[in-house]
Amino acid sequence: MERLLNVTTALSVLLMVLVLFSVRRSHIRVEYSVSWLAAAVILFALSRSSSALTWIAGELGLSDPPLALMLLVFCIFVIVIYRLSVVISDLKDANIAMAQRLAIVEFQLQSRLPGSPVRSNED
Amino acid sequence: MKPASRPQQLLILIPAFNEVGAIAGVIQEVRAVLPGVPILVVDDASADGTDQRARAAGADVLRLPYHLGLGGGVQAGYKLAYELGYDYVIRVDGDGQHDPKYIPDLLRTLQETGCHMVIGSRFQNGNGVYTSSVRAIGIWFFRLVLRPILGKPVRDPTSGFVGVNRQALQVFTGSFPLEYPEIEALVVLQRKRFQFQEVPCRMRPRKTGRSTITAVKSLYYIFHVLLGVFINVLKFEGRRRKE
Repeated sequence: MERLLNVTTALSVLLMVLVLFSVRRSHIRVEYSVSWLAAAVILFALSRSSSALTWIAGELGLSDPPLALMLLVFCIFVIVIYRLSVVISDLKDANIAMAQRLAIVEFQLQSRLPGSPVRSNED
Repeated sequence: MKPASRPQQLLILIPAFNEVGAIAGVIQEVRAVLPGVPILVVDDASADGTDQRARAAGADVLRLPYHLGLGGGVQAGYKLAYELGYDYVIRVDGDGQHDPKYIPDLLRTLQETGCHMVIGSRFQNGNGVYTSSVRAIGIWFFRLVLRPILGKPVRDPTSGFVGVNRQALQVFTGSFPLEYPEIEALVVLQRKRFQFQEVPCRMRPRKTGRSTITAVKSLYYIFHVLLGVFINVLKFEGRRRKE
């Protein structure tokens, strides 16, 4: 179990560093880094506190604390991915609406230009 | 294209994606049936010059900046039509499958019955049935699914040959399914307690290109549309409980 906890600690630190670097390089926006950093901090805290992990495993009815750790890791990442799906869906909706608006504005602008095909249909 | 001049002006909406081989013919056919009626081609970022061919054939073209899919394109056309004040919009596919000679029947039904949406149905009266076997199974399946939801039978729920009035147009500017829109659009209207009618018409084989719904995509199509219908029913039920 100790080895698993050490690996989890290393992975959570790696995740934190990776996310911070990505934010610094503007690959991830700050607001979208919060979920990942929160997940990394939770993983780090759990991996450094085996007593807490043992207590959680007991509460969940699991005999093996590493199983509890895996379950928590799974839950944390499901939540993060779900949140990202919501964000992506919002962005896609906004993007489609913007593309439609752009096309309509461009169309209306074209129809005001003298000599444009759209204009010539009006005349 | 001019803003609609009252009363009750009609716009023909032709969504097209890479239909350079068929689009001019479709526009000419529509012109022959309805001279003087404005035609708007919504070009979903075609790479084959569909927009230029459509302009050369005399249509106005709303060109999307990137490929949005059928629903996104049709909704863009609906938004423009609504903003320009049109009272009726009839959608004719850009692949030549819909025979424009039935457009007057659709328009007459919209005007005379006061229904919000009219569907050109290839199964009404059983004349001119042209569809693939996979699609026929899908149509049969969705007829069964939609019957209890809509409260009345719909014979051709996947038909894209549809006309809408201004009230439906307003609804669709705010909420329109982006992928495979035909079936979900019926449920969206049902949520508003709007009415639809079917009008018999004849479908033809597409002139060029291939259908976007291939055999491989059929399962995804059924799952996607079923999910969309289910979500719309949930929204409807939730709202009804609040009332």
